[in-house]
Amino acid sequence: MARIRKPIPGVDPTLLIKDAGKLLPDPTRRLFLRGGASLGALTFLTGCDIVDGFSAEKALRKMSEFNDGAQALLFNPNKLAPTYPASAITRPFPFNAYYGLEDAPEVDGKDYALEVGGLVENKKKWTLDELYALPEVSQITRHICVEGWSAIGSWQGVSLADFLKRVGADTRAKYVWFQCAEGYSNTIDMPTALHPQTQMTLKFDNQILPRAYGYPMKIRMPTKLGFKNPKYVVAMHVTNTDLGGYWENQGYNWFSGL
Amino acid sequence: MTAMADTEGTVSDKAVIHPVWVRITHWVNAIAMIVMILSGWQTDNASPLFNFVFPASITIGGWLAGALLWHFAAMWVLAVNGLVYLVFGLASGRFANKFFPIRPREVLADTRAALSGKLSHDDLSVYNAVQKLLYVGVILAGILVVLSGLAIWKPIQLQELTALMGGYEAARYVHFVAMACIVGFLVVHVVLALIVPKSLRAMLRGR
Repeated sequence: MARIRKPIPGVDPTLLIKDAGKLLPDPTRRLFLRGGASLGALTFLTGCDIVDGFSAEKALRKMSEFNDGAQALLFNPNKLAPTYPASAITRPFPFNAYYGLEDAPEVDGKDYALEVGGLVENKKKWTLDELYALPEVSQITRHICVEGWSAIGSWQGVSLADFLKRVGADTRAKYVWFQCAEGYSNTIDMPTALHPQTQMTLKFDNQILPRAYGYPMKIRMPTKLGFKNPKYVVAMHVTNTDLGGYWENQGYNWFSGL
Repeated sequence: MTAMADTEGTVSDKAVIHPVWVRITHWVNAIAMIVMILSGWQTDNASPLFNFVFPASITIGGWLAGALLWHFAAMWVLAVNGLVYLVFGLASGRFANKFFPIRPREVLADTRAALSGKLSHDDLSVYNAVQKLLYVGVILAGILVVLSGLAIWKPIQLQELTALMGGYEAARYVHFVAMACIVGFLVVHVVLALIVPKSLRAMLRGR
């Protein structure tokens, strides 16, 4: 690709970056300055004539919130993700996380007890055997990563909508929040939680979920990007408060629907 | 000297070449498109479709999340502005008058003339056949880049569109190729605008 980098006349880029860094809040440095300032950051900051209180970061976050609303409107609770034959399953299905496989959580299935909290009638904890005993649903769907790649996987487990009914969840609540063994977390909207393909996944390709894919339980939502599908889930809460999530808090779009 | 003055004319006594809606949508599109392209390059770097990455210095966003924030903000500007342009262009008859007909023989002749530096730019209100072809082509590429972008963004809610693009993975390639066509156009377009500066003036001042 052609290099179109041009110096900006009369502007010392190093000074500009320092000034911009001062004006913009911490997460912004991450957005604009990770790996050095980009041409875009320079062009836009110089072009925008920064005044006190203005932040490109703030404007972009507002747009991202607007996009959350637009995606919620676009979300059809009855529209199913396309499903595939077993021959289409990607093998090996990729492992992806912000850490290497060797650092993935090792959850002891014998001690495991899923915590269910928030706006639910029955806050009893669920052991793995109890979860395995619930009616099983299955799907072969495409997992799409925010990075762009995709892979087709086969997942079996419990319908989250059924489970929420079973524990007497207030499904008028806005969100369901998931906590994971390594500290990862996610908040999702209730319509997605109740989507017929949203699954508390206990198996991959009819085998007990391997550690790489989130043993003992992941939440599979084919209607959302991969990072909104938490693995190693140890707790879920029904709530009216958006508790954010690991990547969402760093700037990835909250709704991230497909 | 007289001939010079005649062709140059004065600003006020010449007819408007580009009405104000063309100029506004042109420049809004230029900004939105460049933001989309440069943030799109950063997005591609997260999982490159081809065997190369775009140098970070010519991308927007700094990292994937930043790039996506720019991309999904600028997309509204691009799409709304593009729709306004298409509606005005069709309704006003400008597309029909300026872009058509495109005759293959004229395209060949004008291409030959352009390459030998003999193509006339005396009358900016009339497009030559190469211009017509390129402008129609880039409008189609713009429509394709938006549709394939929607297919990637919403492969479930808009799964019919995604299927039309050949599925999710194919849609990524369609999106990339449409981008590459637009970038190719942009290079030629900017070079020619610099070679014929009065065309740039016309897009700024209308005449």
